[in-house]
Amino acid sequence: MVGLLYEPPSREHILGTDNFGRDVMVELIYGMRTSIYVGLLSGIIATAIGTIIGTTAGYIGKTVDNILNSITNLFLVVPSFVILILLSVSLKSRSLTLLALIIGITSWPWTARAVRAQTSSLKTREHVKMAKLNGENYIEIMVKEILPYMLSYIFMVFVLQVAGGILAEAGLSMLGLGPSNTVSLGTMLSWALLYEAVRTGAWWAFIPPALTIAIITFSLLYMNTGMDEVFNPRLRS
Amino acid sequence: MKELLRVSDLKAYYQLRLGEKLRAVDGVTLTLHEGEVLGIAGESGCGKSTLASCLSGLFFPPLRYNGGEIILDGIDVIRADKQTLRKSILGKKISFIPQSAMNALNPTLKIGDFIADVMQEHEPNLSREETIKRAEERFELLSLPKDVLKAYPFELSGGMKQRTIVVISTLMNPEVVVADEPTSALDVSSQKQVISLMKRLLEMKITKSMIFITHELPLLRHVADRIAIMYAGVILEIGTMSQIIFAPRHPYTEILMSSVIVPEKGIRGRRLPLISGRPPDLRKRIKGCRFADRCPYVTEECKASEPDMKEVDGREVRCIHPLKKKEVEQNVII
Amino acid sequence: MSSSNNVILKVKELTKVFSSGRRKVIAVDHVSFDIHKGEIVSLVGQSGSGKTTTAHMILNLLKPTSGNIVFEDKDIKYVNKRAYWQNVQGIFQDPFSSFNQFFVVKKVLRDTFKILDKSFNNKEKDRIIVKALEDVNIDPDDVLEKYPFELSGGQMQRIMIARIFIIKPKLVIADEPTSMIDSILRANILELFEKLRNIQGTSIMFITHDIGLAYYVSDRIFIMHNGKIVEEGDAEQVIMNPNHPYTKGLIEDVPTLHKEWLLTKGS
Repeated sequence: MVGLLYEPPSREHILGTDNFGRDVMVELIYGMRTSIYVGLLSGIIATAIGTIIGTTAGYIGKTVDNILNSITNLFLVVPSFVILILLSVSLKSRSLTLLALIIGITSWPWTARAVRAQTSSLKTREHVKMAKLNGENYIEIMVKEILPYMLSYIFMVFVLQVAGGILAEAGLSMLGLGPSNTVSLGTMLSWALLYEAVRTGAWWAFIPPALTIAIITFSLLYMNTGMDEVFNPRLRS
Repeated sequence: MKELLRVSDLKAYYQLRLGEKLRAVDGVTLTLHEGEVLGIAGESGCGKSTLASCLSGLFFPPLRYNGGEIILDGIDVIRADKQTLRKSILGKKISFIPQSAMNALNPTLKIGDFIADVMQEHEPNLSREETIKRAEERFELLSLPKDVLKAYPFELSGGMKQRTIVVISTLMNPEVVVADEPTSALDVSSQKQVISLMKRLLEMKITKSMIFITHELPLLRHVADRIAIMYAGVILEIGTMSQIIFAPRHPYTEILMSSVIVPEKGIRGRRLPLISGRPPDLRKRIKGCRFADRCPYVTEECKASEPDMKEVDGREVRCIHPLKKKEVEQNVII
Repeated sequence: MSSSNNVILKVKELTKVFSSGRRKVIAVDHVSFDIHKGEIVSLVGQSGSGKTTTAHMILNLLKPTSGNIVFEDKDIKYVNKRAYWQNVQGIFQDPFSSFNQFFVVKKVLRDTFKILDKSFNNKEKDRIIVKALEDVNIDPDDVLEKYPFELSGGQMQRIMIARIFIIKPKLVIADEPTSMIDSILRANILELFEKLRNIQGTSIMFITHDIGLAYYVSDRIFIMHNGKIVEEGDAEQVIMNPNHPYTKGLIEDVPTLHKEWLLTKGS
């Protein structure tokens, strides 16, 4: 504790202090790290699962598609936030990594859906037929002929997943189900809400973390528009 | 005959990234008279579609006007106010039938309602009922089934959709119809029906003239009165249908003609011309004749400066040494 | 011509029914024909005639609902797909989408060797690739390190034919191989098919809607309409003296240079 409860921004504390008298600026910087970690990890997990399931279902089709599609739909209709809450409540200690894992495992179905749709349209392209006539197997075709065409799309979905992961963590934290013993942008918002920062007008306790979440999400999406040129050789020149 | 359209030295460039310009239409001059069908032929990328899209005087970015004149029925459309252009010219003086026009039909509207919506834009004073009645009359006049107006686009065949588009775009009796590959997505029998319809509109004087753009020369043989051959943004030869089809004078026209394959006696066993290369890069300034690199008759002179159009045997040719009459005939009738 | 040992591919009562829910569409309806060794034939039809579906079945990319495809006296149902594709290959309509745009031409052509049983090292592969590109009149240095979108449609289609020169199949199914190529470059491509036939004795089947092209290139023509073959025979015979009313109508509808086409005058 470096200051008093909800001290407004000053020379010592650029963004003031929070309900425990902690420096908001310091918390913000540390919390960003936590949130980005959770976001990236959950994003990678969700995108990986979604891409594998989506591509396989879309490319192989028929029975495989039916089975994978049912699983996807099952995950879609069960509200993932409820699973998240139930899991978080039943776990004794909630480490960051565990939280990221849980978020990742519950948020892939939309990716799978989108990737499946893309794959089933891409598989009718002539270079896919050409690859078949070259004797390439399913995996080779999926990895070489289909995935590259979706890369920029998958990256976009990944960015949305990262943003979603950050928000999910914030959401859980605001309910008090966030990571134990650490500061994240979400826990900051959660404390601010709990200790009536909004009512007392201590804007510096909740606006900076909220704004930071928005800026991170925005920059990830902005990066995505530039990624097209990285993935598509046609746009590189 | 009255002159309906005069294009002189028209230049229209695409503005690319990094300040580059693609000179898609690079100095085109042509005229169109009442009752006439002018065919414009050329390979993909020669600028024929770009030329078509500028004829109303409206340039949509990245396409930019870069010089020249377009006089449409006495109106200088380049200098005219764009707002009045849209209102008073489109559909009334000039009407477009683009490549995949049939996809322009709104899938959620019945054809009749679609027509009413479109006409509302052009004739706000006309009531919906009147518009639909007018469309009905036009369908009857052209002996097309009236039921089409009550159908949704998906209930019609591709050929019927395209014929419907032809009727819609000529409802206001345009003086100039610009058709850009209007049948390239159709099978041969629908193609014939669509083109017959367009010809009938001309014969009934509902439309006054037509510019027909295509890469298929055999089609122009039956549709066009005059033909312009475009290559790399310019016209290389322009003349009457029989001059161009049966006695071309520009080496490029000759090659184009002798590469035509139609189901007709004498085609089997004929040697097709073998030329390689591709048209020049239109982002760069081109010195000399644009066809020089691929021309079998090329000389040093050809590469020195771009030849002007000159009159040869009643048609205009952009070539320093156009083919002679005799060798032309030998080459065509084999 | 019709002696059975000269037949390379025999299609018997081939049928394909596509069903979605209760609706059934018969795309190919009991189609039978033969292709002989070293012969160029065309399967001609308008869109929706079933010609492309037939091509896909012959290429073993699609399973027939019923009927047989017999290649060199063996039903292809019982032939290993790899072995079949060493002998029967395809060329498609759109050269741009026939290439994976993420790979340079060299990589695309090297991948071709996967279908061959013999294994090659990269040096051997490159030597064969260079030879094949020269066969199709392309300067290898011009294209090997290029991405597909840096090439013209004509170049790409010739590279697709170079692929055939590498694999050396006995039958090539060419699905509208020139429809997206400018007419003045079409001759270059057609010449290569001739060369393929003359040098390697390859049989070629063109799948096309272009009657003029079919007439120009083929020995025999099959006319397909609504899933059925309505007329077949010698190209000269089918096009100049068609018997079936559908064929007659089809040929009348194609604009030519010397016959009247539009008969609207005065009507």
